[in-house]
Amino acid sequence: MAENNRAVVKLKERFADALLETKEFRGEVTVTVKKEKVLEVLKCLKEDLKYDFLVDVTAVDYLGQEPRFMVVYQLTSIPNKDKIRVKAPVTEEDCFIDSATALWNSADWLEREVYDLMGIKFVNHPNLVRILMTDDWVGHPLRKDYPVQGPDREPYKGRLS
Amino acid sequence: MGVNQPLGDNIITTSLDSLVNWARKSSIWPMTFGLACCAIEMMATGAAKHDLDRFGIIFRASPRQSDCIIIAGTVTKKMLPVIQTVYEQMPEPKWVVAMGACACSGGIFDTYSVVQGIDEALPVDVYIPGCPPRPEALLFGLMKLQDKIANEKNTFGSSIGLGDRLEPAA
Repeated sequence: MAENNRAVVKLKERFADALLETKEFRGEVTVTVKKEKVLEVLKCLKEDLKYDFLVDVTAVDYLGQEPRFMVVYQLTSIPNKDKIRVKAPVTEEDCFIDSATALWNSADWLEREVYDLMGIKFVNHPNLVRILMTDDWVGHPLRKDYPVQGPDREPYKGRLS
Repeated sequence: MGVNQPLGDNIITTSLDSLVNWARKSSIWPMTFGLACCAIEMMATGAAKHDLDRFGIIFRASPRQSDCIIIAGTVTKKMLPVIQTVYEQMPEPKWVVAMGACACSGGIFDTYSVVQGIDEALPVDVYIPGCPPRPEALLFGLMKLQDKIANEKNTFGSSIGLGDRLEPAA
């Protein structure tokens, strides 16, 4: 159970007001936190709980739900051989979150990818420009409401025959 | 002594087109340029078993000395300007082979980031279907390109001021 996890116990006593949900599924622990506190939670996980390796930063688009986006951080503790997942909800209106580049340099390109494909801005990022799409690209292709064949094409409506 | 001359002092008469087209089709140097899995088949075609060298087709790692570009793979919109630059760097005469479903039509990648066929940007001479085409298919396509070059009419003559270029009958 997630309640027995050492990191979850520690986070609960330090960030009781910021934790939205803790969950364990098939041995994977997920902590959902408010986006205003995400940097403090990550800092605590990195420095006090030895989750020293930022594996990935990504995001999910739950189109039609509120809040629409969920930014996901995958952390690994190399000394403790342990993993944890941190999630933070981001709304479409306030589509920004604090950058983790102050904690991990590896967050730089990962956050640029999320910005490029999802359109979530990372506050205090040193170089927040597109990384995969061309610089003049309009829109963020991994959003669920982006036309998969591109905005300049008639969408495919299935076979006519 | 010296070089053996099997033809002796004979004279061969031929047309300018036959000579030039024979020379061009017998030494197609494709640009070494691969984009995706088709490039693996292209490499296999160039390697020992299928051996493109026997057609005089030798990959050249510089557009300045290439006659042909084989678009071997998926062309993304981000890659397209690079391909166009490489093509423009190649001297005339030059030919384009669209290898595989992606280069011909976008293939399975009917998406925002992929060019739906390289013929949107370059003048394609030969289309080779397949995903990816086997080396035999690429060989057949290149032999078709050789046939096409062999049937060109006055492309060399027109470039040195001898009459106009003629389009061969289809």
